[in-house]
Amino acid sequence: MNKKRNRSITRGVILVVLIAAIVYTVYSSATKDKVELLQVGDEAPNFELVDLYDSEIKHRLSDYEGKGIFLNFWGTWCEPCKKEMPAMSNQYAIYKDQGVEVLAVNIAQTEFEVKNFIEGLGVHFPVAIDETRDVMTEYNVDLLPATILINPEGEVEKIITGEMNEQQIASYMESIKPEQE
Amino acid sequence: MEKIICACGHENPFGTKLCEKCGRPLTEEEKNQKVLDMRYDGTAIRSKTRNKSIVDKIWNFFSSVKVGVSLIFINLVAASIGTIFPQEFFVNVATEAEREIYYEETYGSLGKLYYALGLSDVYSSWWFQILVGMLGISIIIASLDRGIPLHRSLKNQRVKRHESFMKRQRVVAEGSITEGDSSKTLDLVEEQMKKLKYNVRREGNAILAERGRFARYGPYINHVGLIVFLLGVMLRLLPGFYVDESMWVREGDIRAIPGMEGYFIENEKFILELHDNEKTEAQIQQGVNAVAKNYQTNVKLYKQPDDALPGQTDNLELVKEYSIRVNHPLQHEGYSLYQMDFRLNELKGMNFTLTNKETGEELGDVKVDLTNPQKEYVIDEQTKVDLLGYYPDFSGFKNGEPQTATSNPNNPAFIFKMTTPEKPDGEVSFVAIKQTIEPNGDNAYKMTFKSVETRNMSGLTVHKDKTIPILFVGGFIFMLGVAIGSYWNHRRIWVEQLQDGTIRLAAHANKNWFNIKKDLTAITEYAHLPQFIDQVEKENDEEGQKEKEGDNTL
Repeated sequence: MNKKRNRSITRGVILVVLIAAIVYTVYSSATKDKVELLQVGDEAPNFELVDLYDSEIKHRLSDYEGKGIFLNFWGTWCEPCKKEMPAMSNQYAIYKDQGVEVLAVNIAQTEFEVKNFIEGLGVHFPVAIDETRDVMTEYNVDLLPATILINPEGEVEKIITGEMNEQQIASYMESIKPEQE
Repeated sequence: MEKIICACGHENPFGTKLCEKCGRPLTEEEKNQKVLDMRYDGTAIRSKTRNKSIVDKIWNFFSSVKVGVSLIFINLVAASIGTIFPQEFFVNVATEAEREIYYEETYGSLGKLYYALGLSDVYSSWWFQILVGMLGISIIIASLDRGIPLHRSLKNQRVKRHESFMKRQRVVAEGSITEGDSSKTLDLVEEQMKKLKYNVRREGNAILAERGRFARYGPYINHVGLIVFLLGVMLRLLPGFYVDESMWVREGDIRAIPGMEGYFIENEKFILELHDNEKTEAQIQQGVNAVAKNYQTNVKLYKQPDDALPGQTDNLELVKEYSIRVNHPLQHEGYSLYQMDFRLNELKGMNFTLTNKETGEELGDVKVDLTNPQKEYVIDEQTKVDLLGYYPDFSGFKNGEPQTATSNPNNPAFIFKMTTPEKPDGEVSFVAIKQTIEPNGDNAYKMTFKSVETRNMSGLTVHKDKTIPILFVGGFIFMLGVAIGSYWNHRRIWVEQLQDGTIRLAAHANKNWFNIKKDLTAITEYAHLPQFIDQVEKENDEEGQKEKEGDNTL
């Protein structure tokens, strides 16, 4: 009797392992692109980019520890990127003093275009150019605009692709605001 | 489940066809047969013994050979349907939405269905993966289910078998020896069998001679190989095992290599060489103007210092320089970079001349480097050109403002402000290819387009596959199993000397009966045994049928 029960258990275990292998395969192949992508809850990959206007200023993610980071990837050809920028600028003015930093990362365009664009819009927040697309690759940014919210603990809080309105931007900045002491 | 107790007293598990100990047939079916079914040596196939719980039912489903064959068939059919329309990989559109439209537009509603069912990317569709997975389970379970009992029974073979077992073998012999001393017969048999490289076991007046038992394991080894192969394919999904990315890099640019963290590549030069032959007949027929001789990208591979962060590209270390050609990828640390594609003559710089429209007088040249446009281009103290706007891929105006569709210089447009001694306040002009707009009316000066500078772009793929050795091992084991199962066969000969000195002989081979008969002829001659007969052949002859070789591979 014992032998039979043991055999049933062995069979059950083998079946469970095999079926788990299939489920894992199907699942990970279905989510393959997303797995390589950053996921909410992951530690945000550290990076360093040179400021658009002052080459002495280096924007290094780890230097902003304790602050909420609003990381925005954009390009001048991207219409929604352009639309959300003034709102970002407005909200940054409000949340800057509450410990939220904005960094707008341009995807490998020329300095002239980027400066021209930013100045034309009259927006105010730190901008950097990802010349080699290294940071973009690291964050696996595919479609623009893409915004990564990083909380004060350095974890990815939320990933937003597509245009945001001012209200949304405000609530996103609120969500990564460090707690006041 | 009740056990079957054989006449010899041995307890056999339910479902056993031939007693594990003495070989007596245990079922009515077997008893009525003249020649026994020796598949799996008559052991109880595990799945057929019990069918109670849900676990047993699933187990039995997968262990069925019928199910296995059906799964192979379904897999084949699905994979072949996947070849009807091109797979997504070969469809040159960027996004998923465009792909869906492509299939519908190109192949109609069938194409739409094809896409919806995931047939356009068969290997990645969940149902195909489940089918392959089920086949994998079937292979494993069927092998365990049949292989383990077979292994046990082959390991625990008794030398002496019951008369009813012996008589029901395909090749049998019975009778007294044809000459000599019958007390020496078994010694002679043993001696000759050993010469024929058989493993000989003797117990009292019985002999079991066996050769090539490992051939029975061929199919199971083959299955192990298949499973290793499938495992290798599965591992591709784990991070770090498999990378297949593509990238574009322009001449003069340094780009981060996707999938290869910390590495950068600089495209120094892309080279396309053509054969400068006279057009051959085949070329003319096929409308081919020129035949490429070489596609080459000269690159520099850089690595970030170990402690560097993404985006920190100021002190890259040169790893190597290489000329990537077709079939000569740049290889580094398991990664290969292949030459895959190219784009020629992308605009890199545009040269203009500041010209007086009426007199045609030229005040000076302005060279705009599209990779790094400047704010102002000074010609002399009183003459300069300011660049107010640059739109690399001009796509029209919106609210009076020029727009760019992409960041690639496909259709560059500029807004220039020309300051000249004649017009010290400056004149603004919008300049695009074949289009000039002067917002403030008639300008005295214009930017005359003179020439362009271009550069090429290389399309590279980044490839890494750590599963290749696993696939090789799997393939090797697979072939080993096939070879063992095909080229070797398991031969067994049972000989028993009865009380009165007569000989009873039975022989079994899982295939290639010709060989065992040759061996039998040799011992029959050597030990003067009675002539053996092939019961199947005899039966067939009696029924007037053509001879047919039985082939029970398992």
